[in-house]
Amino acid sequence: MMEALDILTTASLWAAVLRIATPLIFGVLGALICERAGVLNLGIEGIMTMGAMVGWLTVYWGGDLWAGLAMAVLAGMAMGWLHAMLTVPLGLSQHVSGLGITLLASALAYYLYRLWVQVGDLPPTIEPFQPWPIPGLSAIPFLGDVVFTQTPPTYVALILVGLVAWMLARTPMGLALRMTGENPHAVEAQGLNPVRIRIWAVMVGSGIMALGGAFLTTAAFNSFFPGMVQGRGWICIALVVFASWRPGKALLGALLFALFDAFQLRLQTVVEGVPYQLFLMAPYVLSIVALILVARRARVPEALMQPYRRGER
Amino acid sequence: MSGGAVLELEGITKRFGALVANDDVTLSLKKGEVLALLGENGAGKTTLMNILFGHYAADAGEVRVEGRPLPPGKPRAAIAAGVGMVHQHFTLAGNLTVLENIVIGSEPLWKVGSDRDGAARKLMQLSATFGLPVDPEARVGDLSVGERQRVEILKALYRDARILILDEPTAVLARPEAEQLFRILRGMAQGGLSIIFISHKLHEVMGASDRVVVLRGGRVVAERATAETNPAELAELMVGRAVARPKREAHAAGAPVVVAKGLSASAGGGMALDAVDFEVRTGEILGIVGVSGNGQAMLGRVLSGLARLDAGTITFDGRDIARITPRAAVRMGIGRVPEDRHAEGVVGDLAVWENAVLERVRDFSRWGFVRRRAAEAHAAGLIARFDIRGAGPATRTRLLSGGNMQKLILGRNLAAGPRFLLANQPTRGLDEGAIAAVHQELLMARSEGAAILLISEDLEEAVGLSDRLQAISKGRLSEPIAAEEVDARRLGLMMAGVWETRDAV
Repeated sequence: MMEALDILTTASLWAAVLRIATPLIFGVLGALICERAGVLNLGIEGIMTMGAMVGWLTVYWGGDLWAGLAMAVLAGMAMGWLHAMLTVPLGLSQHVSGLGITLLASALAYYLYRLWVQVGDLPPTIEPFQPWPIPGLSAIPFLGDVVFTQTPPTYVALILVGLVAWMLARTPMGLALRMTGENPHAVEAQGLNPVRIRIWAVMVGSGIMALGGAFLTTAAFNSFFPGMVQGRGWICIALVVFASWRPGKALLGALLFALFDAFQLRLQTVVEGVPYQLFLMAPYVLSIVALILVARRARVPEALMQPYRRGER
Repeated sequence: MSGGAVLELEGITKRFGALVANDDVTLSLKKGEVLALLGENGAGKTTLMNILFGHYAADAGEVRVEGRPLPPGKPRAAIAAGVGMVHQHFTLAGNLTVLENIVIGSEPLWKVGSDRDGAARKLMQLSATFGLPVDPEARVGDLSVGERQRVEILKALYRDARILILDEPTAVLARPEAEQLFRILRGMAQGGLSIIFISHKLHEVMGASDRVVVLRGGRVVAERATAETNPAELAELMVGRAVARPKREAHAAGAPVVVAKGLSASAGGGMALDAVDFEVRTGEILGIVGVSGNGQAMLGRVLSGLARLDAGTITFDGRDIARITPRAAVRMGIGRVPEDRHAEGVVGDLAVWENAVLERVRDFSRWGFVRRRAAEAHAAGLIARFDIRGAGPATRTRLLSGGNMQKLILGRNLAAGPRFLLANQPTRGLDEGAIAAVHQELLMARSEGAAILLISEDLEEAVGLSDRLQAISKGRLSEPIAAEEVDARRLGLMMAGVWETRDAV
């Protein structure tokens, strides 16, 4: 038992937490931006898959790793555009459209992958992002190993949390975005165009989600294979609620989930006589418990999932 | 261009399908003037103002501000030209702060950072100039409707509006709040703002405007200087025929039907009802008057079986109904006209016939199937008997006007010959013609022996219809007084929670 607790004090565990949390941070931020503007984006699972494939393929075809991330963002935005067109100007069910996008984007990603890549016994690999210790900061004991010896996309994710929080709280753009998610009629009455704001929010959010997928193939692993997103998108949808639609809490939620995940992985090797499936379940069960404890008090954007039609109320 | 007009609408026509909402409407507004746009629901007032503000584009006609035409369909252009609109359904976000609600749209979207302090200073200055106190950091969802309306007005002023349009500004306000609003508007007009307000309430129009434009069926039917007209003339112009609210004739009430003793209920931690006693007798209307938010909603909910009592007893013909369910209420012959007809009265997307039989669908079904023909015949009967206009049994209920929807709800209840009828704000938001019709039906039910509990914020209505009155204030109910003994001062005191018990009836 003591062994199990000892794990919690190792730098390698906490470094793993940050690594596991990175795709979730991208995903939850993207979902949060969409939802703050009033659009639920259940396309996230597929968009992350698409991002993973496009990011990897760009590098496989000789592109730079950063070019891979950029292409993933563009692919995500394209899928986001489709979701936005269906749900915002046409006002279709956001659930149905989102699930459709997930099926379409995942299937399309696998299809294009098989079409363009020769797969032998093992999937082909690329040279992924390597940990990049930040000069100076990485020398700090413990914290240096945990936070400042990560791959570059993890730093991007952390910076993005602050950026999105600042954008939402402190800029006219952020205010317009939040207002669109609360009451699009108010936005229109103030001379702004809520339809355009929603479309852009969904596209930008989807681009960020795709980064989460791309992280998997260009930093966490070095290849693309079917099923690799493994429900991370759905976790992000739950994390947005857990976070009460706030970027800071979203980071916290992603880290918490990642902690459960990293801890159970290590527990499997330490504790014997317990079926490993139980450990695999643990992060999900704990997430649901956390959701119940936290999310009941959450303040939902009032116009979330309500299509906006001009002149109607 | 006429001299001194800041705003002109010329030949505005707008159609929605076959419906002509505005038909060649021309009007102008002078600087510093308060213009009332009077008309019944459906007369095209709101459509006209939405065209002016750019929510809709007109099919024909032109809007000019200070001589310059406004591009159609662009709220942004209207704001830039100095037009501000206070919508009937507030365009506010409850989860955001007052300041956030006000500054949105005033800064370029791509600006990095936001000048909060400057915005707060400008807001506080406006707030002081116009006598509209607000707390910039308060969450709008926590404010009362009166305060929310202040935020709406400040929002327009913040964008430097010189022309202010208010769509039914008093629909959600209690009388004192409304009077205060009009004092403020008068001050603004003296300060050089030009104001249009939409209303169907005659006393407001008479009390607050310089000039009245009457709209009926989408056309301007009359224009009068307020000083040269009177409420009777305006009512006739608005409705197109003479209307008068029906008068109550005195008759003796019978035995008590509903007796409530010591009702207490709590909502959201606070006390909603505090030891309330009353009794309603056959053939009488008991009026409960009070400023909204003093426990009326809870009283209505308790009597409909939608909320639980903490203490107290209610009997109906001697039977205990303190824990009644809505279904039992229907079966026992308790009729209910709910406060919010859209939320609780009807299902807007269902047909009129479905709403007509919704409460007693069992009576219209056999072997688990609805006997549609019988139900439709029943609905057609209600439509004919209660003069529900613009509807057949198959019409989608949402398409009815407020007055006709209310007649449907009343009819559905009255057709069953209820022993007791709870009428909660039965004429809220209705126009003069519909109010008269609803009053007529209530008085008819009374003379047929129904016991009616009328909850109303409209004093004129409560005094006109009720045999006895009780005031509600902070969840407590005054002793009843006879309608004949009521005067305005005493009723005002009662509504403020000051009442003496000596001459109870």
